Amino acid sequence: MQHLYKRIYADPEFHELERKRGRFSWLLAGIVFLTYFSFILVIAFAPQLFAKPVVAGMMMTWGIPVGVFVIVLSFCLTGVYVYRANTEFDHLTRDIVEHVQKDDNA
Amino acid sequence: MFKKMTMHNLSRRHLLILFLGFFPLLLFAADAIQGEVTRQPVNITAISMFLAFVTATLGITYWAAKRTKSTKDFYAAGGSITGLQNGLAIAGDFMSAASFLGISGLVFASGFDGLIYSIGFLVGWPIILFLLAERLRNLGKYTFADAVSYRLQPIPIRSLAACGTLAVVLLYLIAQMVGAGKLIQILFGLEYHFAVVIVGILMIMYVTFGGMLATTWVQIIKAILLLLGASFIAIAVMYKMGFSFQTLFASAVEIHSKGIEIMSPGGLVSDPVSAISLGLALMFGTAGLPHILMRFFTVPDAREARKSVFYATGFIGYFYVLTFIIGFGAIVLLVNNPEFIDPETGGIFGGNNMAAVHLSKAVGGEVFLGFISAVAFATILAVVSGLTLSGASAISHDLYASVIKHGRIQEGEEVLVSRISTVIIGIFAIFLGIIFEQQNVAYMVGLAFAIAASVNFPILFLSMYWQRLTTRGAFVGGSIGLITAVLCMIFGPTIWVDILGNAEPVFPYKHPALFSMSAAFISILVVSKLDNSQTGKDEAVAFEDQYVRSQTGLGAEGATSH
Repeated sequence: MQHLYKRIYADPEFHELERKRGRFSWLLAGIVFLTYFSFILVIAFAPQLFAKPVVAGMMMTWGIPVGVFVIVLSFCLTGVYVYRANTEFDHLTRDIVEHVQKDDNA
Repeated sequence: MFKKMTMHNLSRRHLLILFLGFFPLLLFAADAIQGEVTRQPVNITAISMFLAFVTATLGITYWAAKRTKSTKDFYAAGGSITGLQNGLAIAGDFMSAASFLGISGLVFASGFDGLIYSIGFLVGWPIILFLLAERLRNLGKYTFADAVSYRLQPIPIRSLAACGTLAVVLLYLIAQMVGAGKLIQILFGLEYHFAVVIVGILMIMYVTFGGMLATTWVQIIKAILLLLGASFIAIAVMYKMGFSFQTLFASAVEIHSKGIEIMSPGGLVSDPVSAISLGLALMFGTAGLPHILMRFFTVPDAREARKSVFYATGFIGYFYVLTFIIGFGAIVLLVNNPEFIDPETGGIFGGNNMAAVHLSKAVGGEVFLGFISAVAFATILAVVSGLTLSGASAISHDLYASVIKHGRIQEGEEVLVSRISTVIIGIFAIFLGIIFEQQNVAYMVGLAFAIAASVNFPILFLSMYWQRLTTRGAFVGGSIGLITAVLCMIFGPTIWVDILGNAEPVFPYKHPALFSMSAAFISILVVSKLDNSQTGKDEAVAFEDQYVRSQTGLGAEGATSH
């Protein structure tokens, strides 16, 4: 197994995949992190922004749809990640492992 | 050997049958005593529904016990759980009575502010998925310490991880046990000590006999019941409001003593440092909870691990939206309703945390109140079982098998040690639940999250992402994170002022995570950088193999191909 690990680590396609996958997961993590901390910082520094009614005369204030949006966004992004990881990334990984194993046996 | 095994199984089965038969008797015997001395009426509907739950789950435990033989069965349900099942079980493990009753109570008391906690509890999940879940699944076997010690030295790393695990588990357990005792006192009219003992005995039974398989199914059933119950309350509330949020919010504002303030952020997070610190603890604490991380080893591969987070995030997010509606519904339907108002305090009976429970009676009558009471009890049972299993695995798998026995241990011996650890933790939890009866335990979950975010998360995260991390760095930095979190909490406003009665806090903030996480990360980075030892260099080289395995799943536990 150690031997295979070394072969895969030396494979440029593996690093190409890892760059792509890494960029994608850090991008999504960054979106969630920024959205959540913007939400927290508005509450800490400018709570009056969330106290404004969405439509004049309505009870619903901006804080509520924004809060629900953070929840829905988190869920949707996990869906996006799972979809891409379970199809594209898993296929690419399998291809790399298979061709390294084949080269190894040849 | 064979004879010994069957005898062992037989005695286990007998004990279970014995207990199954005996349990209702025990409960009713205590009722009879209880009925005369307490003010609270014994709630027969609630008790029968709870007994139905207990009977069903003990039946499952009996089924699971027959399938739980190896360490992999005991810690990881044989790796046989599907993504959807695990997603439900994660939701069942995570949605504690504190979230259900606590957050709806918070919304009931201060409106919008409750949503801040809900969101904090949710946003850790995408982070777990994007950064940790699949690497953890590919590297580890039964505990998150497996992944951290993949290339680092097992003895110091597992000792530290076991401390982090046990600290989180015990703090969480105390909070759940005390909560359970008080809740059952109110809901079922049973005595506090009796309730704590029942919870303790049931969790010991589930975990000792049925291991992870029984724990998983208890959590799945509880998650389904809780989601159904909360959906029913929320829909009933919206039905009474003509499915109009305008009517719901307008009636709530009109009736609530704080008026329009309940529609906007209030005093819950006042200064920016506390706000950020709380945010960090909620987000990264979730990613360091050992009983949650352990769930990723119950699925066959990284693919299912990913799916389980997707489902879990959906269920948990949906549940938190419901708690928000439930909290507002409680304002409209309970305040000014003499049936639920305690004339002595002017608030609702049993305090704000009982809002969801009273509301269930207001919208669904006695029978539904019984159902929700039973669900609340089931919720506690599912959470404490997950915690106990996680604590037991830290003792048996990390400390006993790896640190003491250096991995030279028979399967049967390790399972036996984990069963004994389960019983010890269970008894200890009952004992702590009784000791802490009169104490304020609300801060304990907060401290558990701070420790998880400052010990478990940094070492796990850096072991996967930073090649230069060394054993020395992880050990020193993780320990500093642990000590900082505990000291900041002791000398902060919650313990130093509110509990110990001092005038001024030594450490001014309620939430230590910003400081303890920074202390952990900085010291791990500095100590690792300064570590010029040969083992440190070897660990950096070993990162390459670990990296390939974590990304491809090649050689991972339970992998079917290769």
